[in-house]
Amino acid sequence: MSDKAAIGVKTWFTPFNVVSGFIIIVGIVLSILRFTMGLGAVTNLSNDNPWGLWIGFDLFVGVALAAGGYVTSAAVYLLGMKKYHSAVRPAVLTGFIGYALVVFALTYDVGRPWRLPYPFLIQQGTTSLLFEVAGCVALYLTVLFLEFMPAPLEWLGLKKVRELAVRLTLALTVVGVVLSTLHQSSLGAIFLIAPSKLHPLWYSPYLPVFFFISSIAAGLSMVIFESTLSHHYFADKMDETHLNENEGVTLGFGKAASFVLAGYFMIKVMGIAGGDNWRLLGTSYGLWFLVELLGFVALPSFLYAVGVRNRDLKLIKWTAVWTVLGIVVNRLNVTLIAFNWQLPSDQRYFPHWMEIATSVFIVTIGIVVFRFIVTKMPIFYEHSDYKDIH
Amino acid sequence: METIFYTYQDFYTHTKGVLYLLMFAALFGVALFWKFLSGKDDAEKM
Repeated sequence: MSDKAAIGVKTWFTPFNVVSGFIIIVGIVLSILRFTMGLGAVTNLSNDNPWGLWIGFDLFVGVALAAGGYVTSAAVYLLGMKKYHSAVRPAVLTGFIGYALVVFALTYDVGRPWRLPYPFLIQQGTTSLLFEVAGCVALYLTVLFLEFMPAPLEWLGLKKVRELAVRLTLALTVVGVVLSTLHQSSLGAIFLIAPSKLHPLWYSPYLPVFFFISSIAAGLSMVIFESTLSHHYFADKMDETHLNENEGVTLGFGKAASFVLAGYFMIKVMGIAGGDNWRLLGTSYGLWFLVELLGFVALPSFLYAVGVRNRDLKLIKWTAVWTVLGIVVNRLNVTLIAFNWQLPSDQRYFPHWMEIATSVFIVTIGIVVFRFIVTKMPIFYEHSDYKDIH
Repeated sequence: METIFYTYQDFYTHTKGVLYLLMFAALFGVALFWKFLSGKDDAEKM
């Protein structure tokens, strides 16, 4: 083997490529199993538990964590916080990939992907919240695609089309905020139809508000989390502006996340008071609820505040990781753990390993696509032809 | 001790009463928290 060939082999077999390649191969096998043999072959779903990990994690967590796109673009383009401009493209890209994967994951759960447009074209369930969620997600995915377009158009050198895409930015941001407000809250509102199935501590008439407010904290934390990872792995792809603005983005978003989480904590307490559910806090579910409320809402709010006051970037970054984890815990609590809580334990749902592996496969696809795009397109730097044009 | 409610009227009188007290506390809480959060920024600006 020549030296050149040896170098080529060495370059391809990096730890990232090997691990992600293995996960993708397993995921393809599981996908074939799911689409040829049905849900029963790869999941523990049943008539009692028709929604499992693919809805609880891939959809509910995915949508919440993809909120960074609308939060960041609203801050920059609607509230005029130009000092966070460098965070917009990575946040929009993360949001776009996140929503694309939500739709991709949904096809695994509902099956027959070619029927995805049916709710719009064949049978409109206009009285269902799921119809509204489907409509918003479809429209918002389109909005995110258009918001993301300037980057690939700059990469491809299509100046005139890029000009048109940039002109749409403000309108797209407004539409994006409206659509996000609608479907983030509607995902919580879905559970209003099942007051007897969801544990009273998690059930509340304010569920849509809880979901919307927590999505803002999720989006802010996800931007900090994504930016931390990007600075670790893609620092060589970043221009000076991006590197210089990073500290301001971390401090500003940390401050906003702290305040939003404090508000979220207060309305969650009001949720307990509204249902007069104080006595349930002493039960085993109550203790788990307190872990979520104090450990994953009050604590990160306080830690963010301390981090911002002391300009402790490391603390803010770790708190962002903790908050992201807290959102995962909250969405899984509502969709899986506190849902159907009265069923006997042998009828409760626990995901099959193949469901977990499929979710890991879908997340891995997102990471691979993100990596490809940021190495090829101007995400962390301004293209030389468009410097200082905003 | 668990409170016994005989009517919805009793239930809402009780829960709404607690909610109004909590909202009053939250208004002060939010203002104080914002002061804590921005305390050092304001001190630096002065």
